[in-house]
Amino acid sequence: MASALHISGIRKTFGSGDKTVEVLKRIDIDVAAGEFLILVGPSGCGKSTLLSIIAGLDDPTEGEIRIGHRNVVGVAPAQRDIAMVFQSYALYPTMSVAENIGFALEMRKVPRADREKRIAEVAAMLQITHLLDRRPAQLSGGQRQRVAMGRALARQPQLFLFDEPLSNLDAKLRVEMRAEIKRLHQASGITSVYVTHDQIEAMTLGSRIAVMKDGVLQQLGTPDDIYSRPANTYVASFIGSPTMNMIAGSTNKTLAGGLFDIKEASLPLAGPAGGEALLGVRPEHISLSGDAPWRGEVSVVEPTGADTFVVVKTAAGDITVRTSPQTQAKPGDAVGLQISAGHVNWFDAVSGVRL
Amino acid sequence: MIAKNFSRVLIYGVLLLAAVLFLAPMYVMLATSFKDAEEIRSGNLLSLPNGLNFEAWTLAWSSACTGTDCRGLQPFFWNSVLIVFPAVLISTLWGAVNGYVLSLWKFRGSDLLFGFMLFGVFMPFQVVLLPMSQVLGWLGISSSVGGLIFVHCLAGLAGTTLFFRNYYAAVPKELVNAARIDGAGFWRIFVRIIVPLSTPIVMVTLIWQFTNIWNDFLFGVAFSGADSKPITVGLNNMVNTSSSVKNYNVDMAAAVIAGLPTMLIYVLAGQYFVKGLTAGAVKG
Amino acid sequence: MKPTFEQTLPKLVIAPGFVLGFAFIYGLMIWNGVLSLTASRMLPNYDEFAGLAQYAKLWEMDRWWLALKNLGIFSVLYVGGAMLIGMALAIVLDQKVRAEGWLRTLYLYPMALSFIVTGTAWKWILNPSLGLEKLMHDIGWSSFSFDWLVQSDTAIYCVVIAGIWQSAGFAMALFLAGLRGIDDSIIKAAQIDGASLPRIYWRIILPILRPVVFSTVMVLSHLSIKSFDLVMALTGGGPGYATDVPATFMYVMSFTRGQIGLGAASATMMLATVAAIVVPYLYSELRSKPHDR
Repeated sequence: MASALHISGIRKTFGSGDKTVEVLKRIDIDVAAGEFLILVGPSGCGKSTLLSIIAGLDDPTEGEIRIGHRNVVGVAPAQRDIAMVFQSYALYPTMSVAENIGFALEMRKVPRADREKRIAEVAAMLQITHLLDRRPAQLSGGQRQRVAMGRALARQPQLFLFDEPLSNLDAKLRVEMRAEIKRLHQASGITSVYVTHDQIEAMTLGSRIAVMKDGVLQQLGTPDDIYSRPANTYVASFIGSPTMNMIAGSTNKTLAGGLFDIKEASLPLAGPAGGEALLGVRPEHISLSGDAPWRGEVSVVEPTGADTFVVVKTAAGDITVRTSPQTQAKPGDAVGLQISAGHVNWFDAVSGVRL
Repeated sequence: MIAKNFSRVLIYGVLLLAAVLFLAPMYVMLATSFKDAEEIRSGNLLSLPNGLNFEAWTLAWSSACTGTDCRGLQPFFWNSVLIVFPAVLISTLWGAVNGYVLSLWKFRGSDLLFGFMLFGVFMPFQVVLLPMSQVLGWLGISSSVGGLIFVHCLAGLAGTTLFFRNYYAAVPKELVNAARIDGAGFWRIFVRIIVPLSTPIVMVTLIWQFTNIWNDFLFGVAFSGADSKPITVGLNNMVNTSSSVKNYNVDMAAAVIAGLPTMLIYVLAGQYFVKGLTAGAVKG
Repeated sequence: MKPTFEQTLPKLVIAPGFVLGFAFIYGLMIWNGVLSLTASRMLPNYDEFAGLAQYAKLWEMDRWWLALKNLGIFSVLYVGGAMLIGMALAIVLDQKVRAEGWLRTLYLYPMALSFIVTGTAWKWILNPSLGLEKLMHDIGWSSFSFDWLVQSDTAIYCVVIAGIWQSAGFAMALFLAGLRGIDDSIIKAAQIDGASLPRIYWRIILPILRPVVFSTVMVLSHLSIKSFDLVMALTGGGPGYATDVPATFMYVMSFTRGQIGLGAASATMMLATVAAIVVPYLYSELRSKPHDR
């Protein structure tokens, strides 16, 4: 079955001559129908540019975008059968909520009766029926967000695009709207591409995540893939909070299996190859134990309610450990660190690529 | 405490003095216009007229002489009206469309071209007078109201474009992008989305253009013929004709008549006028 | 990528504006330059090329030099006077005065008038026998004499007075806007630091307002170079041509004296003066703003 969205060989450069900036270096992504793809990465990684190119608001320097079977490069946004929700909502300030939602339908000359019916449906779906006559300036941030979504939903397009729609909301509202977006996606089943810099949004909303940095796709996979088997140190430290602990050392292969030598200790773990490597392990896969060979001193204890994070100073650096809130650890305590062998990640010491 | 009161007194004193100085000429104009020749000779600038004598006004409007023509300011007033309304509307509309393109539909080189066009806001118009005379002759509209409308539209273009372009630059591009995705094209976006939010800048531009074109003298005196002189030219001719008897009251009445439309607009909608001044001077 | 219709339409729409605008500004400017290089008199004469003869003639004319001198005197006094008064008014108005709105409107109304109206009014006010002089005599100051308007060496100062009256309010408006734009907390910090109000103005506020001062000087200077209406109405360039300025010189030479080539040359000189001030200003303004996509 053809993918709903096919991105192939996309390159984008800005500027010319010796001031050329390559914002997207070569992006290939296939999105299946009904998927919710997240584009995540830090500012400047190119995710918004890629979204603009998919939307047709921008042209790629090279490459192909296919929506369904059609190559849409060079096709105006209006003809791509897409809908987009913007970070600032971009609601038409002089029109009512109802007119905002129905605008695209009006542009497509949908008869008034059908338009009004659809607007009512969408408003009911988003629980904004009571706001239909208001102007955007009279709405709260969360309400505007819903109207922006309503405007996109009214169209029933082939592809939904989201450009950091929750960034302007406060934390509590963000959590609510996240759930709302997920619910709507499940109900509508429309293929979606969602841009965010927030890794929690990425993990909770996406069926697949594309992590980007400096215009290059670092990894494309399910949330579990990205979390448990990051492709490089960048992905490993970008996803997951607090970040994965990175321990430098070198593997010493012995007959018994091997040891990983780090400063002042040797861990009974073996990297895939001999020599220098980075050992990555998440805070929840380390535990404090009184008699483990690897020792350190507690420097900070951070209770967050559901867990407590203990930062332990070791010769190999500061290690963050997740423990239960009942922990007795106090700053200054000497503790031992025990790593769960089944959850380690090995990375090349120089390139950061997964081994 | 005393110092504070003293400084308040000083402040209000200065402001009052300034107010008097700014109002005085207007008072003098009005007072003089209501006096007759005898009162003028015997009194002085500040002396009150004996009553509201409108004789000078009637003369100024309908029978005072401007050179050889003795029909008062009336024909010139109407000339100005005929010139100002089309010129203001055309230059404002044109500026709006240009500003729209230059802020929300930029293309390579558009900013540079706009920069060059900005010089038109500052250039001394003396430098186009002579060539423009020839152009108007070729187009067959020299010495006519149409010719003056043409010149004012071209001369005002840089300024109106500047106003709208700066205003529309504050409109988020996302709004235009959302409309593009919704299926609206260039003109649809302009009419349905941009124009409805343009009221403030339209007011500013209309008032600014009205004031400038109504008050213009240079183009009026250079390009008008016998039948197309605007009111500024008429007034100047009336006041400066070397006739034997100078009717100062008529001159003043004529000056007030000439200044009345722009003053009226200023009083009613002065805030837009001020916005235009500060926007034009402090390039935002 | 082939440009789409959506991309070409904006260019088409703005084309007439750019083409006509550029033709008006630069096309006519160049044409004027060409005219100044011909020997045109009553009518444009493109057959007789005169090189820089018109310019030479221009710079040999006493009248032109007088016009320049008048422009210099006028500009300095007009710009300086309007700015100082405007600044003073703005500072005073900034002191939380009641009826501030009314006063602002009052100080600014002269800008709404045509320079012709202003010139006409002041011509009457400064009338040697019936104007200011008579007023002062009637009040009791019988030795007061004010015939500046009709004396060759003082008439230009009358133009200055009328000009300042017209434009001081404008300078005030700009300064007031600038003053209002200053963050209140800076002033509060200075007050806590112990500075007195005059000191605060002198050391903190005015330096912040330097860009406003600059752009006000810009606009007023450019207005003064163009001052044609005011001189024509107030003095007609007289007495004789004692209050001639380049703008009136150009008009008289071109339209009354039948010296088109000479007039074009003087117009070019005016253009050069304005350009020398405005172009660097525009350049720096446009450079400092990064172009967004």
